[in-house]
Amino acid sequence: MATVFQRTESLLPVNIYCPGCAHGIITRLVAEVMDELGIAGKTVGIAPVGCAVKAYDAFGCDMIQAPHGRAPAVATGVKRAAPDNVVFTYQGDGDLAAIGTAETVHAATRGENITVIFVNNAIYGMTGGQMAPTSLPGQITQTTPYGRDVAAAGYPVRVCELLSTLDGTTYAERVTVDNVRNVNKAKKAIKKAFQTQIDKKGFSIVEVVSTCPTNWGLTPVKAFGWMRDNMLPYYPLGVYKDKTAEKKGDAAE
Amino acid sequence: MSERVLMKGNEALAEAAIRNGCRHFFGYPITPQTELAAYMSKRMPKIGGTYLQAESEIAAANMVLGAASAGVRAMTSSSSPGISLKTEAISYMCGSDLPCLIVNVQRGGPGLGGIQASQADYWQATKAPGHGDLHILVFAPCSVQEMVDLVGKAFALADQYRMPAMILADGMLGQMMEPVVLCEPGEVQMVEKPWAVTGHGGRRPHNIVNSLFLTPDELERTVKERFERYRKIEKTEALAENYMTDDADYVIVSYGACARIAKSAVLAAREKGVKVGLVRPLTLWPFPKQDLIKAAEHAKEFLCVEMSMGQMVDDVRLAISCSRPVSFFGHTGGIIPTPAEILAEIEKMAGGNA
Repeated sequence: MATVFQRTESLLPVNIYCPGCAHGIITRLVAEVMDELGIAGKTVGIAPVGCAVKAYDAFGCDMIQAPHGRAPAVATGVKRAAPDNVVFTYQGDGDLAAIGTAETVHAATRGENITVIFVNNAIYGMTGGQMAPTSLPGQITQTTPYGRDVAAAGYPVRVCELLSTLDGTTYAERVTVDNVRNVNKAKKAIKKAFQTQIDKKGFSIVEVVSTCPTNWGLTPVKAFGWMRDNMLPYYPLGVYKDKTAEKKGDAAE
Repeated sequence: MSERVLMKGNEALAEAAIRNGCRHFFGYPITPQTELAAYMSKRMPKIGGTYLQAESEIAAANMVLGAASAGVRAMTSSSSPGISLKTEAISYMCGSDLPCLIVNVQRGGPGLGGIQASQADYWQATKAPGHGDLHILVFAPCSVQEMVDLVGKAFALADQYRMPAMILADGMLGQMMEPVVLCEPGEVQMVEKPWAVTGHGGRRPHNIVNSLFLTPDELERTVKERFERYRKIEKTEALAENYMTDDADYVIVSYGACARIAKSAVLAAREKGVKVGLVRPLTLWPFPKQDLIKAAEHAKEFLCVEMSMGQMVDDVRLAISCSRPVSFFGHTGGIIPTPAEILAEIEKMAGGNA
């Protein structure tokens, strides 16, 4: 019997996410990209605090568990010490856009030659569903029981839009993984982000608009529906910055 | 043998770090350690190293965490308020068994405090340099020469025991110029770091640098293993200078630049016929308990002299099991105790014997 689908080599056989969580798809895509590019043996991944943290058990490459929000700083340290390694961070929204905003913005503005995989599901999953910097106006969470009141709690952060204003950002794209077509597009974006780094063209980020069925209190299918109806209008998919063609990188050296 | 050169403490320490194989420095500006970072920014690009001015002390310390994970000798330097921000990464580095060097050129606190020399971070360095059950190696130089000599030792022991090391200097040591002999580059022995994350290359299972253990038994096992290392370090790595302590009736305990002033007071007291000695810890963790126990065999009384409100006093009391009275004299940030003040304290302690 022919094998038509199997675990990719750099995805280790562990279950680290809740049932139905889109993290599983995204983690797999990153592992597939590593294997297709043949870089798993020289890649170092950074898993910071949040649902992303146990990714150090899931990815087959060398891994570092970083303090909350500091993954881009840790990645910077690794990349500066080992420039021939491929270094990526795998971060959630609270990590990247709240406690780690400074690290994110400055890694991007330095044009740090790293890849950031940003999983935006508009909630703090690991701690049980509190308001995230990307929670939508009116969104009910454990810490916004009456809905996110922008007068008191402020507005959601649009990360790709923010980072695309910085000269140091080479590539920024927002994708999602709610159907086969979008999964394929997401994989293509992740691959391009890694390739940008391999070509020494600077900072790349892929934001994946994702779901949290557990803390949203929805089935996985309904969660994707909620995401499409509520998140995608606020966080439009697309390429926000692509200077890969302009940047000289390694090829021109 | 290198020649003697005249250098500022901050710059001499930076050069010594480079000569001890450090090629990765991550910093953030703060007085009075600025010359250290400035020196690194000048030297590192010329020798293929990394100088990076981070967006914050927090980021700088986490960059050290990343570079140390990749197996290189990495360091950061700061002064008191900045060190508070580094404590997060220090704790993670302790929990992940990562070696690195952190330099604290202390200034007065709390809060923004002042910008002049102080020793008010003793508690932070020796008791709680981060959250959790942990220790870091803490070295206390008293001269520009020791700023240099202890860098090599700090890096070597950090690598050997897989833990962060701190040079606890102060604004006086950082800013003053003294003749110094630097080690020759190339004399450094680097240890193998099979745990480092540099890519498995298909040759081994993946390495994970990690401080998270969600199973309590597993967490306790890692912490207890680390504390076995700490016990070994306490037995073998404590360092102190014992100056005229053999026959001393009174013993001053002082470290860093402050100890040099105390030494002058010891000499002045000896001239007056008072048998005074000085125990000067060079390591604050591990604390040189044995030197104090030995001094207590003769001494009637101890006096701690510090540029703080007396943060080392309890450690001295514990070291000698409160078998002798331990008093304190000191000033806070920027006010340097004078030899005359310390001599007066010695005379007070010696009572009618002076």
